[in-house]
Amino acid sequence: MADLRTKIAGLTMKNPVMTASGTFGYGVEFADFVNLEDIGGIIVKGTTLHHREGNDYPRMVETASGMLNCVGLQNKGVDYFCEYIYPEIKDIRTNMIVNVSGSSLEDYAECAARIDALEQIPAIELNISCPNVKQGGMAFGVTTEGAAAVVKAVREAYHKTLIVKLSPNVTSIADIALAVQDAGADAVSLINTLMGMVIDIEKRKPVLSIATGGMSGPAVKPVAVRCVWQVAKAVSIPVVGLGGIMNAHDAIEFFLAGASAIEIGTANFIDPAVTVKVAEGINEWLDQHGCKSVSEIVGQLNA
Amino acid sequence: MKKYVKDLKVKAVEVPHALYVLLKLTDSEPLPACLPGQFVEVKVEGSPKTFLRRPISINYVDREKNELWLLIKKVGEGTNKLAELKVGDTLNLVFPLGNGFSPVQKQGEKVLLVGGGVGVAPLLDYGKYLKEHGAEPVFLLGARSKSDLLEQDLFKAIASVYVTTEDGSEGEKGFVTQHTLLNIEKFDRISVCGPKPMMVSVARYAKATNTPCEVSLENMMACGLGACLCCVEKTVKGNVCVCKEGPVFDVKDLTWEV
Repeated sequence: MADLRTKIAGLTMKNPVMTASGTFGYGVEFADFVNLEDIGGIIVKGTTLHHREGNDYPRMVETASGMLNCVGLQNKGVDYFCEYIYPEIKDIRTNMIVNVSGSSLEDYAECAARIDALEQIPAIELNISCPNVKQGGMAFGVTTEGAAAVVKAVREAYHKTLIVKLSPNVTSIADIALAVQDAGADAVSLINTLMGMVIDIEKRKPVLSIATGGMSGPAVKPVAVRCVWQVAKAVSIPVVGLGGIMNAHDAIEFFLAGASAIEIGTANFIDPAVTVKVAEGINEWLDQHGCKSVSEIVGQLNA
Repeated sequence: MKKYVKDLKVKAVEVPHALYVLLKLTDSEPLPACLPGQFVEVKVEGSPKTFLRRPISINYVDREKNELWLLIKKVGEGTNKLAELKVGDTLNLVFPLGNGFSPVQKQGEKVLLVGGGVGVAPLLDYGKYLKEHGAEPVFLLGARSKSDLLEQDLFKAIASVYVTTEDGSEGEKGFVTQHTLLNIEKFDRISVCGPKPMMVSVARYAKATNTPCEVSLENMMACGLGACLCCVEKTVKGNVCVCKEGPVFDVKDLTWEV
């Protein structure tokens, strides 16, 4: 049995497997399929200061080995989260992490401050990379100045572990990661979805209601591995890798590229029990390869 | 209700029509409790272009034979692949999902079950349930042509069946809402599953006759569990997941123009 314990800045996890925001609800939706406490961290649905209805239907289209979504951060707002959802999830014995999004610096900071007050939420994942909202979201995450500004604003308002989720829809993700690190992020997670589009050729119209959406699933994994590799070489803070992970071997690729932990997203839709299977599979692989811990292989590519 | 992810065994494959396949699935242990109108998410194996599971409504549950039936219309790559399954193959299901149709409201209530196309599938199980629980179901089924009517013998074994076909080859010619039954009979409530234009016109009839009406939706979905928020329908309470809050909705809760 390898040592799966993982540390991401101030966050200690029993294993390096987390769930990607927006793919695992608030965890409880999957309680029939997995023991939630066997997951290293659960990153819950994107939360904003105010209630958001999200985009119109259709919000999803299947693609070759993946899917596009344009949900648009539908959520009931941070006050609703604090009052009604937090009490339901706070006693789940794992790291319950809130993904925070916003459309202005003030919104981000205020939302983060409200979550800061919740004792049993040890970290937030700051979403500066949502491709499906008109204002904010990815707009902050595609320039070094924008990314630094929002991280700085949130850093002042938030005192626990701050993970910043990065967009791959940029020229140099390593430059964004460095800017975010300098602004006070404790860790980065990447990648958020890749912006894509599908057209219905008979109707000559985009399939999704807002034309474009974020692509996820195994089709994006090589892009994600490349991004993690570039960012891990550039920064000194921990990197959380995600993008198309379907099984333990995919996860190992991310560790070797430099990720200290991973998130599983779209795979939850195919197998609601995939998270614990990946954790078990990581352990098996480490045992088979004579590795005593996950940290032993992080960034350990052969030259 | 507890949900499961399970490999079920294909016990029988029937082809009632060139465009449809009926899979009868079973398991070594008793199948979990499922409500009429609930659905399953099936995994499509060996099809590179299909990535997500396919939501399929439960056609029928035979407790004695421990069978769960899926009546599948071949509409694309995924469903075509499912139609290739053979007896003895396994099929991975996440189920049971969604809310299902309304339970019996009062003894002897007359419930009109309106189905069109593959939308007839969940009405078979619901009709059986209503009959067994003291309600009086009546089926009104619409199809393009006589050959497109499915499982007629099974429906007739449960209750009266009224039919419309677009070409008049069986029953009355026209759409379900044109059937003379609707001018003669009055129902306590209506449940509908079929193409949206059909459901809208039935909902209009229901409104005009002041009859409660529920519809079963089939929005495109990914997770089936209320996690991804992709399959939303606009309701009076805002966007809600069809997979979790539905698939069955009271028409009054939707924002349809009826």
